[in-house]
Amino acid sequence: MMITDFFLRALVAGAGVACIAGPLGCFVVWRRMAYFGDTMAHSALLGVVLGMLFGSAPIFGVIAVTAFVALTLSSFGQRARFSSDTLLGILAHATLSLGLIAVSLLAVQVDLLSYLFGELLAVSMVDIYWIYGVGAVVLATLATIWRPLLAMTVNEELAQVEGVPVVQLRLGFMLLMALLIAVAMKIVGVLLITALLIIPAAAARSLARTPEMMAGVAVVIGLASVVGGLYGSLWFDTPSGPSIVVAASLFFCLSLAIGRGQFARG
Amino acid sequence: MNSLARAPLRAMPATPRDSLLSGRDLSLSLGGRPVLEHIDISIAAGEIVSLIGPNGAGKSTLVKLLLGLGTADSGVIWRAAGLRVGYVPQQLPLEPVLPLSVARLMRLTMRANRQEVLAALSETGVAHLIDASAHTLSGGERQRVLLARALLRAPDLLVLDEPSQGVDFAGQAELYRLIGRIRDRRGCGILIVSHDLHLVVGAADKVLCINRHVCCDGTPEGVAQDPEYIRLFGAQAADAFAVYTHGHDHHHDASGTVVPEGDGGI
Repeated sequence: MMITDFFLRALVAGAGVACIAGPLGCFVVWRRMAYFGDTMAHSALLGVVLGMLFGSAPIFGVIAVTAFVALTLSSFGQRARFSSDTLLGILAHATLSLGLIAVSLLAVQVDLLSYLFGELLAVSMVDIYWIYGVGAVVLATLATIWRPLLAMTVNEELAQVEGVPVVQLRLGFMLLMALLIAVAMKIVGVLLITALLIIPAAAARSLARTPEMMAGVAVVIGLASVVGGLYGSLWFDTPSGPSIVVAASLFFCLSLAIGRGQFARG
Repeated sequence: MNSLARAPLRAMPATPRDSLLSGRDLSLSLGGRPVLEHIDISIAAGEIVSLIGPNGAGKSTLVKLLLGLGTADSGVIWRAAGLRVGYVPQQLPLEPVLPLSVARLMRLTMRANRQEVLAALSETGVAHLIDASAHTLSGGERQRVLLARALLRAPDLLVLDEPSQGVDFAGQAELYRLIGRIRDRRGCGILIVSHDLHLVVGAADKVLCINRHVCCDGTPEGVAQDPEYIRLFGAQAADAFAVYTHGHDHHHDASGTVVPEGDGGI
């Protein structure tokens, strides 16, 4: 098997995203925000188009649109007439459809599939700079707010009584999600980003006794999924994004077998 | 005798000098329906106040207003400067996918060393659980851990929302004795929410019975004989209570049923 530059770049980029997605994904799982994250990711396509229209890098459009969707969702949540499940379903598919229509109206030709499912083997050095730059900011921020965010995740009202600024933290966490989606889009595409968040985190649960350990194990499983998925895609000539997700899913099944369905103490 | 005639007697002092936390004339409507109407409440240092009332009376809503978790439509809430509150919520559902030990649960928002955590857990008799998983606690163990967690904050005021939930009957009596000892030892004010007077009577100095509005308040003995209380809970409840205070008053009929003055037709 020949290791080429583009394959190395794909490995480096995928590894970077796995490092961000591990800890962030744990919070997504703990806070039961899988569908929420999915909805944000679905709206990213619209962000790409808007970014192009305004002549900026697509990443800014993605951050703006996903953050806007997250804010809209959380303000809906306060006075819910429909269940959040229904609202998320509506917003996820409405924004995705809007994005698809917007792409079709663009004058320039856009490779739609690469946005939907990722094009890891086409990663450039600029993409890698983005991933590691944004990743450093996300991880540093997450480390700073880790304790209060965890307290709020266990019980929001208790945390609030004990002086945790829950509203600011909720917004901060959504912004971190938006940043991750913006840089992870290239790797697995908008349709599979949530998988990269929740599967390694879920697989880490049976092996972890503390929240921090779970985040660390999620990173390791994410890295292994990227490496395994990329080599698999090279070997079997399969699309890279879905291959990574399948690899992560296999690790999840393996973790169930190791934990025999039981969670580690703690 | 009715609640209107008694209302002026409930007026609070103009300056709540020894009060830790008080609410005056609190009213709140949710979705056009009144939930709380003109409620006055005050908790002083070293005092155990029991907030009782039937299900749906607005007890937890009132507590949330007092804790700053919501805003009243009208009325004033006054807190002593620098008041430290230890809160035990009615329910603390823990997400099983978030690994959490008791020690970690204790330290979510408090930086405390192992000795301090052990001391707090000892005070409620559950020091042996320090390294246990927070997910496997029984109802009684969980309430004691949460109580210890509130004590770790060295609170001026403890707020306990239905602390005996999920605790068997023998455990309930012991839990209320423990709460009494905590007050004696620490001199903090304690607000206990309960749906049931006879559970809290051993510990309470003051009882406030609400059903949207304040039905009656005063000493446990006085409230038990109040027609409003008997109307709300039925003669059976007063009867059950009377067992505890037998010998303190003689307002029973031949069968032991409490007969409030001026209302002999139960």
